[in-house]
Amino acid sequence: MAETISIAPASSEGGGLIETDAVIIGAGPCGLFAVFELGLLDIKAHVVDILDRPGGQCAELYPEKPIYDVPALPIVTGQELTERLMEQIKPFNPVFHFSERIDELKKQADGRFHLVTDAGTEFIAKVVVIAAGGGSFTPKRPPLNGIEDFEGKSVFYSVRKIESMRGKDIVIVGGGDSALDWTLNLAPVANSLTLIHRRDEFRAAPHSVEKMRKMVEDASVRLMIGQVTALEGADGQLTAIEVKTASGSEKIPCTAMLPFFGLTMKLGPVADWGLNLHENLVSVDTERFETNEHGIFAIGDINTYPGKLKLILSGFHEAALMAQAAQRIIYPEKKVVFQYTTSSSSLQKKLGVK
Amino acid sequence: MTKITFIQPDGESQTVEAENGLTVMEAAKLNDIAGIEAECGGACACATCHVYVDDAWRDKVGKASDMEEDMLDFAFDVREGSRLSCQIKVSDAIDGLVVRVPAKQF
Ligand SMILES: Cc1cc2nc3c(=O)[nH]c(=O)nc-3n(C[C@H](O)[C@H](O)[C@H](O)COP(=O)(O)OP(=O)(O)OC[C@H]3O[C@@H](n4cnc5c(N)ncnc54)[C@H](O)[C@@H]3O)c2cc1C
Ligand code: FES
Repeated sequence: MAETISIAPASSEGGGLIETDAVIIGAGPCGLFAVFELGLLDIKAHVVDILDRPGGQCAELYPEKPIYDVPALPIVTGQELTERLMEQIKPFNPVFHFSERIDELKKQADGRFHLVTDAGTEFIAKVVVIAAGGGSFTPKRPPLNGIEDFEGKSVFYSVRKIESMRGKDIVIVGGGDSALDWTLNLAPVANSLTLIHRRDEFRAAPHSVEKMRKMVEDASVRLMIGQVTALEGADGQLTAIEVKTASGSEKIPCTAMLPFFGLTMKLGPVADWGLNLHENLVSVDTERFETNEHGIFAIGDINTYPGKLKLILSGFHEAALMAQAAQRIIYPEKKVVFQYTTSSSSLQKKLGVK
Repeated sequence: MTKITFIQPDGESQTVEAENGLTVMEAAKLNDIAGIEAECGGACACATCHVYVDDAWRDKVGKASDMEEDMLDFAFDVREGSRLSCQIKVSDAIDGLVVRVPAKQF
């Protein structure tokens, strides 16, 4: 899984109420291209993604793998495609809100939409474009019996405040950057910290691994090679975990556990917005790619219609048609004129090439 | 055609015929083998096609690449014979292969 990708977000803000033309949910390839198509029609967009960077599946699942069916790019990797899209949409100055998930989406009395993220950022938008792909990326839950009961109380998939971990006996499970970063960050505040990984090799950045090894040497961190097999505790409070090692099994007393087993895509909040769904996908028409709610569109992997193909190029087409329909909502008075980027001086001005 | 046997955690076994050149994951999906999820479609990017290669077949099937080992970090209950079935190519050399499906794929 991609743990190093360096694309600087165009900009970012946190919290507050933001009024805008369009909110795009998801910064995968289709969400990014929607910025372009909307931008050509003078529609300003904010883009929200739970990931900490753009690219969706392309960035998270296969940054280094080649894609062969993007028109005019005989071969392009997931990361390269993302970078090129970011470059293409630059003239439109989209505002990105990374590491935030849209949890609520409601229509207001004035016909606009009110959206709220898990971090408390609020938006008022004239149109909403759901480009949520396979759903929001969510940490994988280890299939340990009863783990649900401990989640949020003593089993955590992320930590917002380091202080909240002070004095705890912490177990961190995993061998990637997240596991190592949290080991380095939490060891100073923890009462004890045990890092558990299935092998004595780590995918994480070499300098973090080196630092971790130093901490193991000076005994501020314990490194265990093994796998967690069971949890113990009551009322949400973990008291110990069972670890299978090469030599048998060991019980580790602990009061908090942070498992890092990568991310998986879960539909998530999209299911709660009152939209017509078909097998966990949002139903749309093929003229505007609009949902059953006027003003809410869905493009890319998240939508479904007869003949739907989950391909990047299909999502691009959907973005173009969606933008035309969005324009009719945002600029109802405007006469719709079809223009080519090749020849239209007004489009070229927007693109900053004239 | 190459024969591959999938054994479920409850002991139930299913033998399928697979075309050479496919992957063991693809053979499983084509035959609706339970417990092979393969969320990423064979890109070595999800670890939900995890299987345990039977002891007798381990040498023939070979070892996981570094990339596959990294991805196996995301699998549950990894053992000696753990492999990602999307990274095993079907060929005459593994005719008769036996793999076990783990109890859980995450
Ligand atoms: C291994 C692999 C190989 C592939 N190869 C190809 C190929 O060769 N050609 C091809 O055309 N396609 C390919 N695909 C499919 C392609 O990647 C998808 O079609 C494409 O990524 C869909 O783009 P999207 O923008 O719709 O969604 P995604 O890329 O899935 O992005 C959606 C984003 O929305 C975010 N999100 C969802 N819900 C919320 C929320 N509530 N709040 C905030 N953020 C949210 C998610 O975190 C995610 O980042 C491949 C896929 C995989 C996994
Ligand atoms: S199918 Fe995803 S890793 Fe094999």
